[in-house]
Amino acid sequence: MRITDTGPVRRPTSYRRRLAIGAVTALVLGLTAACGGDDDPTKSADQQQLGDGETLTITTFGEFGYDELIEEWNKENPDVQVEQTKVSLWDDWKNELNTLLQANEGLPDIVAIEGDFMPALVAAPERWVDLSGEDVDGRWLEFKSDAATTADGKLLGYATDAGPEAICYRADLFQKAGLPTDRAEVAALMTTWEDYYALGEQFVAKSDAQWYDASGSVAQAMLNQVEFPFEQEDNTVNVENDELRAVYDTVTGNADALSTGAAQWSDDWTAGFQKDGFATIPCPGWMRSNIRDNTGNPAPKGVVWDVADVFPGGGGNWGGSYLTIPQSSPHQEPAKEFAAWITAPEQQIRIFEQYGNFPSQVAALEDPALLKSADPYFNDAPVGEIFSNRASAITTQPYHGPLYSDILGKFQEAITRVDQGGDAKESWETFVTEVAALQ
Amino acid sequence: MARRRSEGGPAARRVSANAASAPASRRAVGAHRWRRAGLESPAGAAVSAAPAGGRPKLVRRQRLSQWDVKLSPYLYISPFFIVFGLVGLFPLAYTGYLSLHDWERLYYRQGEFIGLENYRFVLTDPVFLKSLVNTFSIFLMSSVPQVIVAVAVAALLDTRLRGRTFWRMSVLLPFVVAPTAAVLIFGSLFADKYGVINAMLDGIGLEPIRWHVDRWWSHLAIAGMVNWRWTGYNALIFLAAMQAVPRDLYESAALDGAGRIRQFFHVTLPMIRPTMIFVIVTSTIGGLQIFTEPRLFDDTPQREGGPDHQYMTSTLYIYVKGIEDQFYGRASAAAWVLFLIIVGIALLNFALTRLLTRGRQA
Repeated sequence: MRITDTGPVRRPTSYRRRLAIGAVTALVLGLTAACGGDDDPTKSADQQQLGDGETLTITTFGEFGYDELIEEWNKENPDVQVEQTKVSLWDDWKNELNTLLQANEGLPDIVAIEGDFMPALVAAPERWVDLSGEDVDGRWLEFKSDAATTADGKLLGYATDAGPEAICYRADLFQKAGLPTDRAEVAALMTTWEDYYALGEQFVAKSDAQWYDASGSVAQAMLNQVEFPFEQEDNTVNVENDELRAVYDTVTGNADALSTGAAQWSDDWTAGFQKDGFATIPCPGWMRSNIRDNTGNPAPKGVVWDVADVFPGGGGNWGGSYLTIPQSSPHQEPAKEFAAWITAPEQQIRIFEQYGNFPSQVAALEDPALLKSADPYFNDAPVGEIFSNRASAITTQPYHGPLYSDILGKFQEAITRVDQGGDAKESWETFVTEVAALQ
Repeated sequence: MARRRSEGGPAARRVSANAASAPASRRAVGAHRWRRAGLESPAGAAVSAAPAGGRPKLVRRQRLSQWDVKLSPYLYISPFFIVFGLVGLFPLAYTGYLSLHDWERLYYRQGEFIGLENYRFVLTDPVFLKSLVNTFSIFLMSSVPQVIVAVAVAALLDTRLRGRTFWRMSVLLPFVVAPTAAVLIFGSLFADKYGVINAMLDGIGLEPIRWHVDRWWSHLAIAGMVNWRWTGYNALIFLAAMQAVPRDLYESAALDGAGRIRQFFHVTLPMIRPTMIFVIVTSTIGGLQIFTEPRLFDDTPQREGGPDHQYMTSTLYIYVKGIEDQFYGRASAAAWVLFLIIVGIALLNFALTRLLTRGRQA
């Protein structure tokens, strides 16, 4: 039979359907348009007083050592209460931060930024509050403040710490392998990378432990002595340069013999501290609290950590972070005040003594309290003096462009691939294509 | 559709039942008359006839009740569609819109319109293709055994067991555990160096398995976590369907001499066909979107599904492109590609399941 009942019945149905489709389209297009080009992330948020029960928010990663200081600030400043959120890994915080920056919403008033990521902020300075001011002028080592300053002189971040590198080593494992344990003697044995690797071969021949904690960490240490690791001065990416390739070849070439094979910050890496996994680790000031936490405090019986006043191939700076304030913060004035306070030399010295994060403030570096400081966990090593020496041994400041942090992540993956048994040449080619995909 | 319409009544009946008011029912009667006469009514005729006939004005209350009848059903179901529009349809469309645009990385802003360039990038990116292979491998390793085991578990639970509620609750338990917590537990099982499974393998003199390194082993580990979580849930759905199978069917089957196994294949399975389709389609959709497990299974700081992307799934690829590498356009393009693939596979599954189980029924 033919369909006969068109007309009165069918008509409203198709009309309704059309209406529904129209409504949905309008809704979708409307919302798309609404979300397409709204609030400008470079515009400053309307400034407001901190209301009752409102707090200044700050997010840090790893261990900034702020717990006690914030408690103190909160006691003295009942009107400006500060609340800290701690994220354990920078990489995790970076992802979350990227999401928040994209949404331009939900950002804390104060954002902690890893030093390697600072160039990305400097390349898009309008999103961040200019923090320059007379009271903080000249507070930091020049290379620290330069890295946070734009071409037109805006200071986007207050430096917290610096990362002059020494070598931390397990004196007990050294002794078992028949190596000297005295820190001056150890220091004399590893002034160049060749010496360091040669000593490593000597060590692993007589020990079950590996020589260093992770290929990635030694790679990063070596990278910090390369002047233009990934990007040229005009920010063009060039990863196929001889210096970078040399670092890669050295590290991957020694991976089998000397490295634990664990990726830095992975569970196996953390477990290696307790299981006598390795004997040495490149050791910026802030690494001391990682060593302490991962090995256990007090140290398990027989475990002796020490610090040698040396870094292969001269000095090197690894990390050191900044506090920044995004334009989206509605409390920029008090945030700036708090950030200036907590990055002041007096506070940074206390953090150094308690946690090990080495100051980047000029006045703190000259402070006698710092120079006298010793660390009982590290066999009473005179850490103040050692890290000051390490800071003055830094001659090269590697150039970091806006993509540095992202490329570094890919570089670390390339090294992990080889650690896991991948072919070094193939892994390098993958790295080059992945870097190309970042541009 | 056509079949139902040609039977005559239902459409017209709906109108007369719905609209209590006079003109509407008169219109319905009119429609009947057209049909009785077997005449074809041109679409416009009846309608244009209505106003010409001088439709009497409705009182306000009548109009209200008419609206009530017409509108309320839509209002009652509207919350779902509004929410769906906001969190389902809109993101889908907006993602499509973004996928045609460049992305200003440093400012986290949408860039210029660049047409299909992002799709070209994604479809030629070896990492994306690798992630697709991983996705399918993990999907097959999880969904297939999952559905089979779930049906088996449900069949066991469908028998007269002592402490039935206890058994039923316990199969659901893994589902209640947050995936993150589950991954942490499995992480210590599957750790390469200091993991429980490798310690056991070592104990019986076997080579340890490099769970985070070898591609197919890592897929197996991840599929294990997914199965652990979802098998019990699916089993309960199957169980509900099995309990709805009329018991007299089993009785007649038993009288005809069918054993337990035969009953299962010839009574139970055909009877739970609609549920099968449902579970297979939903677990296809879920299986192709696995994210939490591979993301957290990776303990390198970059968390990109292994340094060599050994177990990066396509959803993880989308995350890495969008959030880590900051290319929202490319991530959106990848999301659309994945969406189309999933729709395709779900349709294929639907058709296959129907075809297969129908064949058995006949």
